[in-house]
Amino acid sequence: MYILSAQHITKRYSSHTALDDVSIDIPKGSIFGLLGPNGAGKTSLIRIITQITAPDQGQVLFNGEQLAPKHIGRIGYLPEERGLYKKMKVGDQLLYLAQLKGMSKAEAMQKLKEWFKKFDMQTWWGKQVEDLSKGMQQKVQFIATVLHQPELLILDEPFTGFDPVNANLIKDEIISLRNQGCTIIFSTHRMESVEELCDYIALINKSRKILDGPTKKIKHQYKTNTYAVEGEGKLISLPSQFEVQSMTNLEDGFFKATIKLPAGVVPNHLIEALIGQVQVHSFIEHIPSMNEIFIRNVTGEYTPSQSRYVETE
Amino acid sequence: MKKILLILQREYLVRVQKKSFIIMTLIGPILMAGIYAIPAWLALRDNESRTVAVIDESGLFKDTFDGNKNLIFKPVQTTLPSGKQAVMDGKYYAVLFIPKISVEKPDGIKLFSKKSVSFEVENAIERALKNQLEDVKLIQAGINKQVLEKIDTPVSINTLNLTEDEGEKDSNTGAAFIVGFASAFLIYISIFIYGVQVMRGVLEEKTSRIVEVIISSVKPFQLMVGKITGIALVGLTQFLLWIILGTGISTVALSYLRSDKSVPAAQMEAAMKQAPALEQRANAADKLSSALSTLNIPLILGSFLFYFLGGYLLYSALFAAVGAAADSETDTQQFMFPITIPLILSFVMAQFIIQNPDGQLAFWLSIIPLTSPIIMMVRMPFNPPAWEIALSMVLLVLGFLAIAWVAARIYRVGILMYGKKVNYKELAKWVFYRA
Repeated sequence: MYILSAQHITKRYSSHTALDDVSIDIPKGSIFGLLGPNGAGKTSLIRIITQITAPDQGQVLFNGEQLAPKHIGRIGYLPEERGLYKKMKVGDQLLYLAQLKGMSKAEAMQKLKEWFKKFDMQTWWGKQVEDLSKGMQQKVQFIATVLHQPELLILDEPFTGFDPVNANLIKDEIISLRNQGCTIIFSTHRMESVEELCDYIALINKSRKILDGPTKKIKHQYKTNTYAVEGEGKLISLPSQFEVQSMTNLEDGFFKATIKLPAGVVPNHLIEALIGQVQVHSFIEHIPSMNEIFIRNVTGEYTPSQSRYVETE
Repeated sequence: MKKILLILQREYLVRVQKKSFIIMTLIGPILMAGIYAIPAWLALRDNESRTVAVIDESGLFKDTFDGNKNLIFKPVQTTLPSGKQAVMDGKYYAVLFIPKISVEKPDGIKLFSKKSVSFEVENAIERALKNQLEDVKLIQAGINKQVLEKIDTPVSINTLNLTEDEGEKDSNTGAAFIVGFASAFLIYISIFIYGVQVMRGVLEEKTSRIVEVIISSVKPFQLMVGKITGIALVGLTQFLLWIILGTGISTVALSYLRSDKSVPAAQMEAAMKQAPALEQRANAADKLSSALSTLNIPLILGSFLFYFLGGYLLYSALFAAVGAAADSETDTQQFMFPITIPLILSFVMAQFIIQNPDGQLAFWLSIIPLTSPIIMMVRMPFNPPAWEIALSMVLLVLGFLAIAWVAARIYRVGILMYGKKVNYKELAKWVFYRA
């Protein structure tokens, strides 16, 4: 079941095409990473989903229905460019934004009190936004996004502006919202948070979708059948089917190697070949990071074996 | 609709609670009262008596200068140099020297003083000299002064308008003049003040980037409508408070002045004499209040409300579009210019229209929606034909709808457009974008 299904979306502006036949399906209850370099068309797609603009072609279905203004109250949106009324009190502002999403005042008030307690900010109610620090404003903005208990939450770079402690707080909050049944679209460049959080991803580049699917499956697809081996002894020769991509002899007779297996050859064969010559201490399959997959797809030049990421993984 | 009301409510409350609104509301009537009160107060306070020595070598001006409590004329029999010395010593405020002059050619009269003489003193002396010379001439021409006074006949024309149903109706050009001009001025000023507030509000939302959050909850058009109507209500509230406060203050002030025993009647009179403008104003006020009754007040008030709202809505839609197209207040200049031109033009033209409220120019400018709010108000007290009023109102409504449509389309695109230098060609494109 998809909570949101964007089908063949095309959006053109006078001078360029922002989205070219982009389709994505977002499963209910998942965290969906919307990835892509700057200017790829992520924000255009988000603006179509939030009904800020309409597509030139294609349609968006929300829970199987044509996306319509009545769905506004069920979607929460945290834009990349954060903004609040500077001269307005925190409490008043949140009440106002919640009511614009269709909540009643009493209901909003009650929810607000819970959130204020949760984030330990009860004393902020009467403060003007401009008197808060940037991190505090981000918290207020986050509450404004989730207060009306949206079914679909769109977070555009949610961690920028947070210190590590608060970033963790927000991360936990995102996971707990997902566990309560909320679906989250998560747009970011920060690949480490993608690996940590996202169940599914879609990669958009130059107005087109170039990759999508479950995170695990994509990573599996991009596996290169490469293994990092560490051990003691001297690795003299291996059957020619194994390609030794790098070999480092460390002090005291230890070594470190990266070995690529040909297609169809299982890792046990490599282990067998190794066992006769060296003591194997560790044997780890190299799984490409989201970062590698991202760069590889966007630039089209990248091959994992030449990258320093292989060494550091 | 509910969302528009929410926006309207926020825009209204935020502005009404602002310190600047409260201060303006309190200070506005005080400023206006001050314009009238300060000259009167200054005149009352001015108790310093000044003595002007008069050296009259011509002998024509005996008993001419009667002066008053604050300005005393003292005939002296000294020479000019010793008179000057007396002024330098501070004995006299000034010395008036009248050489032997002929009635026909009164040249060479001089007033010497240490400080510059006030305008009032100079005026009073000139008036006295002129009257006396004229009297002498009259006598020389063989005309008795009493005869002249008999000949002087006060005339005041009763101007009457012919109307279809009631036959004759009193009219009063002076009152129409004042009412027409004052209401045009008020509309002009308030369109500017509140229109710019709309523009600032849009810019604030844009620069603080909250607009994207709001636009994901409401349509840009709803946001624009809510903002414009909210600020319109702020304007109406301010007018209403000014009327209430102004009436209150002037009532209190008047009763205070009347009951103020510390100001003797004579002194009051003296003050009046010294400030003839004040006296005239008091007379004008009397005349105005009686003349006001000759005007169709309900029609004028009703149309004032209509043209204020119509004009404000039309221009504020444009101001909103300007705010949306710009990134900062300095950016707005290039787009402000074409908007303010018709506004300023109509205010300048108002001064000519009022001389000829039924002319061709008056007709056309009071029909065109961009100028009609100001120009039609100028014409209103002069009872323009009903069909012209109706046409002007209908066109204003249509003009507003057309402009609001265009403005809303610019607004909708502009509020999400950052960091882009926008020109007119770009704006035209925005109007035809798909939403």
